[in-house]
Amino acid sequence: MNNVLKFKKNKYLSIYEDKIKNDEVISVLFAGVGGQGILLATAIMAHACLYEGFDVKVTEVHGMAQRGGSVVGSVRFGRKVFSPMISKADIIIALEKLESLRYIDKLENNGIIIINDYEILPMSVFSGKYLYPYEISKKIISFTINFFIVKAQDIAKTLDSIKTMNVILMGYLSNFLPIKKQNWISSIKKVVPEKIMDLNLKAFEMGRNL
Amino acid sequence: MEKEKAILTGNEAIARGAFEAGVKVATAYPGTPSTEILENISKYKSIYSQWSVNEKVALEVASGASIAGVRALVAMKHVGLNVAADPFMTLAYTGVNGGLVVISADDPGMHSSQNEQDNRYYSIMAKIPLLEPSDSQECKDFLKESFKISENFDIPVLLRTTTRISHSRSIVVLEEANEANQQISSSIKPYIKDSKKYVMIPAYAQIRHKDLLARWEKLKQYSNLSPLNKIVFPEYTRQNINKINLNKNKENLKRLGIITSGICYQFAKEIFYGIPILKLGMPAPLPENLIKDYLEGKDLIIIIEELAPFIQEQVQKINPGIEIIGKGFFPEYGELNTNIVRDLYLKLENTGYFKNGYSQTVKNSKEGTISSIIGRFEEKTIIDSFKKENKNIDEIQEIIKEIPPRPPVLCAGCSHRAVFYILKKLKLMVMGDIGCYTLAVLPPLNSIDTTLCMGAGVGQASGVEKANPEYKGKVVSVIGDSTFFHSGITSLIDNVFNKGTGLILILDNRITAMTGHQTNPGIGKTLSGEDTTAIMPENIATAVGVKNVRVVNPYDIKALEKAIKEELSKDELSVIVCRQECVLINKNKYINKNKYTINQETCKKCGLCIKLGCPAIEYKDERYLINESVCNNCGVCAQICPSKSITLKEN
Repeated sequence: MNNVLKFKKNKYLSIYEDKIKNDEVISVLFAGVGGQGILLATAIMAHACLYEGFDVKVTEVHGMAQRGGSVVGSVRFGRKVFSPMISKADIIIALEKLESLRYIDKLENNGIIIINDYEILPMSVFSGKYLYPYEISKKIISFTINFFIVKAQDIAKTLDSIKTMNVILMGYLSNFLPIKKQNWISSIKKVVPEKIMDLNLKAFEMGRNL
Repeated sequence: MEKEKAILTGNEAIARGAFEAGVKVATAYPGTPSTEILENISKYKSIYSQWSVNEKVALEVASGASIAGVRALVAMKHVGLNVAADPFMTLAYTGVNGGLVVISADDPGMHSSQNEQDNRYYSIMAKIPLLEPSDSQECKDFLKESFKISENFDIPVLLRTTTRISHSRSIVVLEEANEANQQISSSIKPYIKDSKKYVMIPAYAQIRHKDLLARWEKLKQYSNLSPLNKIVFPEYTRQNINKINLNKNKENLKRLGIITSGICYQFAKEIFYGIPILKLGMPAPLPENLIKDYLEGKDLIIIIEELAPFIQEQVQKINPGIEIIGKGFFPEYGELNTNIVRDLYLKLENTGYFKNGYSQTVKNSKEGTISSIIGRFEEKTIIDSFKKENKNIDEIQEIIKEIPPRPPVLCAGCSHRAVFYILKKLKLMVMGDIGCYTLAVLPPLNSIDTTLCMGAGVGQASGVEKANPEYKGKVVSVIGDSTFFHSGITSLIDNVFNKGTGLILILDNRITAMTGHQTNPGIGKTLSGEDTTAIMPENIATAVGVKNVRVVNPYDIKALEKAIKEELSKDELSVIVCRQECVLINKNKYINKNKYTINQETCKKCGLCIKLGCPAIEYKDERYLINESVCNNCGVCAQICPSKSITLKEN
């Protein structure tokens, strides 16, 4: 981890710690495409929150995920959480690049966006009706500088499994949140199936150390 | 020892509740957002569970289990209760033996439904008590409570959830199956023949109706005293999300009341966290005395509920004099959320109500009521408030407008695509049904003319032909395998009986696909995975007297087109079963197989292939391409390519 990044992570960590102390709720929005493992990602985060002793609520979209649609989920945690639905997100984490933009109006002022540098082209791009926003950082930087681009695909390749991108991103995200590492690990051990456990623990570790 | 905690969806929590309550029989027909209730119940060995052919049968099976003396539940989506309404209404008369709970998962906002009817009204129409949980813990607790109510008051109970309850996860404390419950459910309620209770001939039904009214009166008393309905006082935590300080004038706040239930309770707590809230876990029969007491000394009541003014209208009757902010401000359609409730808060604050109190605020205004000062909620007010917080909102909206949409599509290799491609090509009027294939209404297939409810298309197509014989040969109906069994068979028989001459296409993809692959009577497997008789739609069609019955593989589009044309030309009723397994059933089947490819040298760039709307076919840099990792090698595109440029590539 480079020093600038370390500094930023510590800055946010203390912001979120203060929020928790003030009985505020921290909201994380997950965006991606069906099949990318958003359900597993939200489940890992939710259990980590539970083990840390927080109240936690999760939303997820059912039904359309298998049919290539956009998928959105969210995790809200704090001392006490009421609405499971997000009105403003402290953090947006996008498992696919352009999906980071779809819910950008939900981002809290000074909120963070974590973007997986990975593209899945939608049908509307193939048919020529829309252009894929490849230069995503140019668009995002016009209203927030608090974004982080993660090359989860590169790490996933070293692990020989593109499917681990979701857990790599969870590892990266874990640095920003006031949840102890041991609770993330216990959560992965609880949520991830036995036969891919070691792979995912490794993926989490590598994401965390980015 | 501390009890185990789990993070469960509302549906998982209901399943857990069924286990803890000692339920013995659980039935359902799959339907979003209710489907996972039975899927999770089927994991408990102590409960017999089954997919029924439709919601009516599911309720009848559960009711039989109740008569036999065990606890039984039935789960369905909101429109499913329309199908089950017939037994539902009369079950209130007969009552139960073992506890019987009907779960209705409503879908405000229509995430995956054809309407957003408010099933709370079924409760007061049938005089069946209604419970509404507001999170997963309550899903479990309220289900267990429902069984107690059902047995104590000899009545089925309606447990109503909504999509956000069914599909959001929250923390649930797990308990073991209660021994007392086990006893109730397994042995201590033997069946005793009682025709005056269970046989609803008019003479007995007249008696049972009076008895039902008496039971309903008792339920009203229970509702007043039940801990399901309670005033929730502010907690020590202060959620600061809106940075609102409610303690402006404590005397005024005491004169403000909030009544809510279900998911709206969570929105109310998040925004009006400083005010005691009357939370109705059992909104019907309404706890009238409790509400009277709560209204005492108040001059303004906010009622937060989704869809229809169910609670509002009843509260109005109790005290017609008090001003209520409810529908009129909140929309009667769609879901509510914290933003909408926050908007109400901010508007109230703008009137000066919190500072000056009710009479002062009303006196100072022309309108005479607070409701007329604040008006209706409008989408615009949220955008305006964002504008205040975020100067870049216009820019953000511009960016969002440019984002390529990613709507759900028929999968690569989906056999429905071929069917609708041909129906569009033949310019036929298509009376549709409900399932994955409803997606064929969207571009580029644009094929379906109607979607009303399950089974409707078969009857509608018949009506079109009866109205105008000129439609003969120009209209077809399509129905899925699961929906055919659900409610298509009766309309098929109606067609035979009334000398129909139409063409019915049964799209048999060997699974109930849309809701996530549940088995149905055509598959040969039960919910628990046991082998059973597979009922083939073509055999049913033949058995009821259809003379022209064919089975076609829709991947062979020439054969399919020929079959459709031939059957349409006949002056008799025809059924074509288009049979091809859903590509998601066995995804591994397509990996490492030869995939189709487009020969760029011979491709004439006519673009016909992309009009199939297959996610495997891409248009990039003025070239048509097949994405091999997405292609499921159905070969439909190869058959329609005029220049024969699409071929199987040797792997």
